[in-house]
This record gives sequence, structure tokens and C-alpha cells, in this order.
Amino acid sequence: MASFIFKRLLATIPVMLFVAVFVFLMLRMTPYDPAAIIAGDNANADQVAAIRKSLGLDQPILSQFFIWMGQILQGNFGESFFFKKTVTSLIADRIGPTLSLATVTMLLSISVAVPLGVLAAYRQGTWIDRVVMGFSVMGFSVPVFVIGYILIYLFAINVSWLPVQGYRPLSAGFGEWIRHLILPACTLSVIYIALIARMTRASMLEVLSEDYVRTARAKGQTEWKVLFRHALRNAAVPIVTVIGIGIALLIGGVVVTESVYSIAGLGRLTVDAVLARDYPTIQAVILLFSFVYVVINLLVDLTYSLLDPRIRY
Amino acid sequence: MSAQTNPSTAAATVVADQRIENAKPSTWRRVRRNPSVLFGGTVLLIMALIAIFAPFLGTRSPTDIAPVARNKVPGFERTVTGPDGKEQTLVYRFGSDSLGRDVYSRTIYGARVSIIVGITVAFLSVTIGLFIGLISGYFRWLDPIIMRIMDGLMAIPAILLAIALVSLFRAGLGAVIVAITLPEIPRVVRLVRSVVLSVREEPYVEAAVTVGTPTPTLIWRHILPNTIAPLIVQGTFICASAILVEAILSFLGIGIPPETPTWGNIMAEGRNVFRLYSHSILYPGIFLALTVLAVNILGDGLRDTLDPKMAKRV
Repeated sequence: MASFIFKRLLATIPVMLFVAVFVFLMLRMTPYDPAAIIAGDNANADQVAAIRKSLGLDQPILSQFFIWMGQILQGNFGESFFFKKTVTSLIADRIGPTLSLATVTMLLSISVAVPLGVLAAYRQGTWIDRVVMGFSVMGFSVPVFVIGYILIYLFAINVSWLPVQGYRPLSAGFGEWIRHLILPACTLSVIYIALIARMTRASMLEVLSEDYVRTARAKGQTEWKVLFRHALRNAAVPIVTVIGIGIALLIGGVVVTESVYSIAGLGRLTVDAVLARDYPTIQAVILLFSFVYVVINLLVDLTYSLLDPRIRY
Repeated sequence: MSAQTNPSTAAATVVADQRIENAKPSTWRRVRRNPSVLFGGTVLLIMALIAIFAPFLGTRSPTDIAPVARNKVPGFERTVTGPDGKEQTLVYRFGSDSLGRDVYSRTIYGARVSIIVGITVAFLSVTIGLFIGLISGYFRWLDPIIMRIMDGLMAIPAILLAIALVSLFRAGLGAVIVAITLPEIPRVVRLVRSVVLSVREEPYVEAAVTVGTPTPTLIWRHILPNTIAPLIVQGTFICASAILVEAILSFLGIGIPPETPTWGNIMAEGRNVFRLYSHSILYPGIFLALTVLAVNILGDGLRDTLDPKMAKRV
């Protein structure tokens, strides 16, 4: 087990290194002078020269990369010329709403999708199954922002039960916090629910035809226990895997959802940074999101042997 | 026996040959008769026809602005005097946006960008991915390098990667297509590579190697045909997701320039007045969702008929 963890950790190093090289080269691939881009449109020649020197742009590209990597490993992502502060403090300001939204969405998605998937597999071929699968195809097809505006129209404009837009931090009280998160989380969870429910159904279908499920039924276990204790546990590995892979969808969805609901989180920051061509911020956000994605999938891999003791490394 | 052919054996061979010949159209027939393929294909065909014949579907110029007709609800009518002095009634079937442009015309013309982006991205990513995947699967020494690069690309969430790439170029159709294509390539490479790895162990490939078939011929005649069915299926799903991502980029204001009619742009324009007028989001949203749904359903149908092994897995 320890050697597996070690190997798996080692395997993430080339992946993150590739991401770092890609993000580093991003600025260099533009036909413009990176120092001039970072300095912004209003900078004079002296400022550009100062930035060029501080970034080491007068040195060979390989040492530029190591200077840049060294700074990032110390948590220094540079200065945002658009927001006029360090990228690190900018991210610290914006991470709260995004974490709240992502956490509520994940809890909501998993608690809805897994039972739906189990039910669809249990009642395979019936109308319940068809409704769940139909919802799943719809979830993949209707864009996040269309779902967002439909929900806003129904629940915030038509009958003003919930706020149209905005975000309140948890420090403003749990009620206010969750009231502002219900619509965004429902919007964002649709595609995630579609993905998880589909995989839960497929995985459960495979397990439900196993001998031990028949044995459990034969010894008189209740259907509830057969489904959730015997079958779901054995079907868990692919479901957890798809939850991990789905984080990529979730991150993409966060960018759109935060724009629809005017939430000042990392997703909104990404779009603002692209619109302003604020490259230090774009680079930091991509590195951060990719890092989170890779780490979560690493953790997912490590849970396999917990979920299924038959898996040995 | 070898010199003179027994007539009955020869007849049997002919029958067997015919059966093989018949086997090909039967796959095609199965595909054609699949209800998902039929529904998805029909809707997609209608959208393609709408895109091609946009100027003849009662549309006006999608970029004409009219200050007197701003933010009008669907069904609004306006009488104008043409250059020849004749009076003419303009109908705004889907209403107008905050610049007085006809949302119906913009939505109809918007089908063009979506269809072009969907098909181009699917074609490009499948072609490039096929090429890289064949190399990676066939040349063992290159495989680890290529796969590490693909793993790295896949570590960046697709929409984020597309957003980052768009920020590097000047906004336009070409930039958007490149930005959406690149994140799709690793998925195609992985698919092709897995097919190649399983096929190259097959006895008929080993036999072909033994008789000295040159590598290009081997890949072209014996390995490539096995990748076609899964690639058609994958290409369809890529087409659906490309249409979605293009709309998302336009909606966020970082895709194709806002004056170009695309479904995402129309909705982006409608955001500011959404509380009062929902039609700028509603109509293009319906077109977009319907198109993507049709392509996804088409993909499901193709998967069930062309690639039964994959159908069982998902």
C-alpha cells in the first residue's frame, strides 16, 4: 500500500510539470512581449524594463522557467496589473464563494444522483429508469447558463422565493448563505447529477446480476439492505472514479455559474482576467484548478482499497 | 482437391462470400433503423438546412440595428418605408434585442456558427487524435512520451483550457475552433491507442507481420478499420460538446465577437435585460439545447449499433 501511494504520488509529478510548462509557455507563445503584457497598456518603457528584469526575461528561457517555478513554489504568483494587487491575495479573496458553491453542489449532486442511479438500475426498463436516463441525456445537452436563467425565472422572478443573484459569506449567517447558494448549486449540479446517476446505474446493473446478491436475497435480507449494503458497496469504485473525473466538469461549470449569478469567486475571476488579458491571474487560476483536479483524483485512487478490500497493490 | 475445385465447395464459397457482402449493408440498415439515430439525425439535418438556407427563411439582416425597435416582445410589428417609397411591415417573431436587432434572424443565422464549429472541431480532433493515437499505439518507444503529454493536457479542465487558449489569440472563429479542439484531442488519442493495443495482439495482425507486410500497409489495412466505428461515435459526442463550449465562450464574452450572430452571443446580449425580457435567452437557448440533445441522442444510437462493446460499458 505504501509503495502504491508513493508510486501514485510520483506519477502526478510529470503531469503537474507538464501543466506548469504549458502555463509558463502560454505567455511566451503570444506574439507580444510578455513584460509589456504584464505591465498593461498604460505602462511606460521604464516600467516594462523593470518588469522584464524582475521576471528575468533577459535570461535564457530555461532559467526563466526555473525562476518562475521557484516563485510559484513559494506562493508568489506575481502581480495582477488589472486588479492592482498580488495574485495570491486576489485568489485568497475569491476562493470562499467558489469553495462554498462547489461543496454544496457536490453534496447535493451525490445525495440525489446515487439514489436515482440505484433506483434506475433496480427498476431497469421501467418508466422510472427511462425518466432517469432521459434526465441524464438532457443534463448533458442543456447548457449550464440556460438552466441557470430558467431557474432564476421560475424561482426568483416569477415567485420571488430566492434571491436573483449575489453571494453572502457564511459569516453573514447560515440562512442567508444557503439561500444565495440554492439556485447556483441546483444549476451547477444538473450536469454532475446526470454523470453520476448514469455511472451508478451502469455499475449497479453489473453488480445486481452477481451471485452474492442472489444469496443475500435468498437468506431473506430486505431489499433495502440488498441494494445499499450488498450491491452499492460493490458498485462503488466506478462511481467514486466518475465523481473524481467529474470535478473537471464542475470546474468548467463554476466559471459559467458564477457569471450567471454574479458571484465574485474564482470562476468569475477567470473570465474577468481573460477579458482584461491579465495573464498572471489566468496562469495562477489554471495552475490552481488543475492542481485541485489532480489532487482530488489522486485521493480518489487512494480510496479504492478502502472501498473494496479485494483491491491490493 | 487443390487442383480441381469441387463444384459444391465452390458454390458454398460463393454463398459465403455473398453472406459477407450482405453483412455490410445489414450494419448500415441497423444504424438506419435505430430510433435514436433516426430522431437525432433528422433534427440535426433540419438544423443544418436552417443554417444553409438562413437567408430564405423570412429573415432580415441579423446585424441591422433599429433604435426605435429596442427590446420589443415577440410578435412586435413595425411599418417602415422602403427606399422605393413602398410601405413594408417588419415582424419580430422572437422579439428584438436592446439594439433593436431581430432576434429571430439572429437565431436562425446563429445555427451557422454552431454547426460549423461542431463539425469542424469533431473532424479536426478525430483526425489529429487518430494520427497521434496510431503512432502512440504502434511505436512502443514513443508511447510513454506521448501519453505523459496527453495526461498533462487532460489535467487541465477542458473549458478552462479552452478559455486560456482563447485569451492567447485575437477573438474569432478560427481561434475558438483551435481552443475547443485541443482539449478534445487527448480523449481521442487514448481511445485510438487502446484499440491499437488490443488489435495488434490479434492473430491476423501477427500473421500479417509474419508475411512481411510493410508497417504503413499494416496500419492502413489491418489496424485503421478497427478504429472507425468507435471514432464515429466519439466524434459525434465531441461535436455535441463543441457546440456547447462555443456557446459558453460566446456567452462569457470571450468567444466569437459579439456582433456575429451566435446563440451564445444572443444570450449574452440578453443577460442585462433578462429580468424584464426573457426572449433573447429563451429562443436561442431552445435552439441550442435541441441541437445538442439531437447530436447526443444520435451519438447514443450510433454507439448502440456500431460499437456494442462500448455500449455495454456505459
